[in-house]
Amino acid sequence: MIRLENVTKRFGDTIAVDNLSFEVNQGEVCVLIGPSGCGKTTTLRMINRMTEPTSGRIFINGKDTSTEKPEVLRRAIGYAIQSVGLFPHLTVARNIATVPELLHWDEKRIARRVEELLLLVGLNPAQYARKYPHQLSGGEAQRIGVARALAADPSVLLMDEPFGAVDPLTRERLQTQFARIQQELKKTVIMVTHDLDEAIRLADRIAIMKSGRLVQYDTPEALLTKPANKFVHDFVGTDRALKRLSRLPIMPYVRQAPSVTMNATMDEVEAVCRHCQWVWVVNDQKRLLGWLDRGSIPSASSVSDVIVRGTPEEIAVTGKATLREALSRMLGQGLRSIPVVDEMGILLGEITLRDIEMATAGTDTAP
Amino acid sequence: MKNNQTRRWAIFSLLAVAFLVLIANAGWWEAALRFLFPGETQVLHPRASLITLVKEHLTLVSISSGLTIIVGVPLGIWVTRPTGRPFLPLVADLTSFGQTFPPVAVLALAVPMFGFGLVPTVLALFFYGLLPVVRNTIAGLQSVSKDTLDAALGIGMSRVQALVRVELPLAARVIMAGVRISVIINIGTAMIGAVIGAGGLGSPIVAGLVQDNIAYIVEGAAPAALLAILADHFLATVEGHFA
Repeated sequence: MIRLENVTKRFGDTIAVDNLSFEVNQGEVCVLIGPSGCGKTTTLRMINRMTEPTSGRIFINGKDTSTEKPEVLRRAIGYAIQSVGLFPHLTVARNIATVPELLHWDEKRIARRVEELLLLVGLNPAQYARKYPHQLSGGEAQRIGVARALAADPSVLLMDEPFGAVDPLTRERLQTQFARIQQELKKTVIMVTHDLDEAIRLADRIAIMKSGRLVQYDTPEALLTKPANKFVHDFVGTDRALKRLSRLPIMPYVRQAPSVTMNATMDEVEAVCRHCQWVWVVNDQKRLLGWLDRGSIPSASSVSDVIVRGTPEEIAVTGKATLREALSRMLGQGLRSIPVVDEMGILLGEITLRDIEMATAGTDTAP
Repeated sequence: MKNNQTRRWAIFSLLAVAFLVLIANAGWWEAALRFLFPGETQVLHPRASLITLVKEHLTLVSISSGLTIIVGVPLGIWVTRPTGRPFLPLVADLTSFGQTFPPVAVLALAVPMFGFGLVPTVLALFFYGLLPVVRNTIAGLQSVSKDTLDAALGIGMSRVQALVRVELPLAARVIMAGVRISVIINIGTAMIGAVIGAGGLGSPIVAGLVQDNIAYIVEGAAPAALLAILADHFLATVEGHFA
């Protein structure tokens, strides 16, 4: 748990952080966000005393951080930054081993830990342990940076735009991976970003800052549905209904879908799709094979005459997707509904435009 | 890369042995110099054998370069730390001044204080060689990326640990390049020691100038040049280990 009490930081005459107080619960991800110069990075750096507060107190797990030697404090706090800052003269393994070495772990334990962490961030230890930082891609370096931050298993993790310096595709992969790791490890994380989508995707709570002050500190849902003032309203943007969709998993909105097998008779098909425009075609294992349109039924004598074939990847979304992805697929393919499958391509149900509309109802009320 | 290092060390060892054999055989030098300068009645300076001169020369250089490194590197480190940073311009100016100030002038000023011989010569060489070492130490440490240093401190290194584990290893190559330049300069400049009786390869040169004997001058100059090349090769090889 991290608690800031009336923390202020002045640089000369300018006030970077102004009487800031907030609390991050154990195991939660708190994202600090706001325009450039709002004091989010300064706030982050005060937590591990890379910057000393002018006044106020910061507690980690109930302990006042100013009572400890800075370097001892920092060894118990993971620290990952945008520029990564890997040590260019050390191998990947030695980079990750830095904090355990500072803590005088024995060699065997360090070697084990390095391997564990490389696997955790999805890099093959045999292939990567002996590489040097200049041999890594941007995304790989970021992952090593996160592994190094996690090396001594700190309960608190500070991240300053950890996925900022990579291309959008890699960034999304890193975010997905981080979400998975966080679900497993349940660290208390404070992350700085300027990417609102990233914040909405990863945060349990978002702290929006402006001129060194906290404007709103809330869950992403609350922030999107009930912005505290015009600044937050403008900051989250006019597409906040869409943004909110990316927080909502698809499964609660999935409904039973009409489906037939390949050897169904045309009468059976007609019976199934009396009330709908489409019907999904599956095999005996309920694996999705394609779909057929009600309009084409009268002219057909068997399902195989009129089936529009497609692999599950092409025509369906998985149960792990968000409403935003489902909506995007529907709009892209001009459909009013889309089937939902599991990883094996087994039909779980379908989701319709109307369902998504219902899910977002009431989001876009002006403050 | 390991192979490359081994090859460099092998080449260096070969050159060093060749140089020693050449220096130890006064007869070869005499023959060569007689052939080049048939007009001179004497071609080898009688005061000391070539090997003694080289020994004296190396003593001068190693004491003064050793001092230069012992003082220069810590000085460069100190002025890049928070406590010493205010002194950075002062130290940079003083070391530049040390190099622009002619060593002969230092000798002239030092002799009244320390008398003739080794001490004033070492002092002059020390000041003269300080600049490259201090300047490269500063440049090397300043070349370490701010982000790397931020990460080092941020994950829990103390200032000293960050210096020893991150900054110095990353700056080592540039610092070593400074040491190399300084030592090479010293090998050349140590010639002036002979003027105030510190010996070394400058002795036959001074004698040659006084007695108008070109053979003497070459006797001192040629081994000094070879010595400089040898030292350069040696230090470059050491430098290679810091890549």
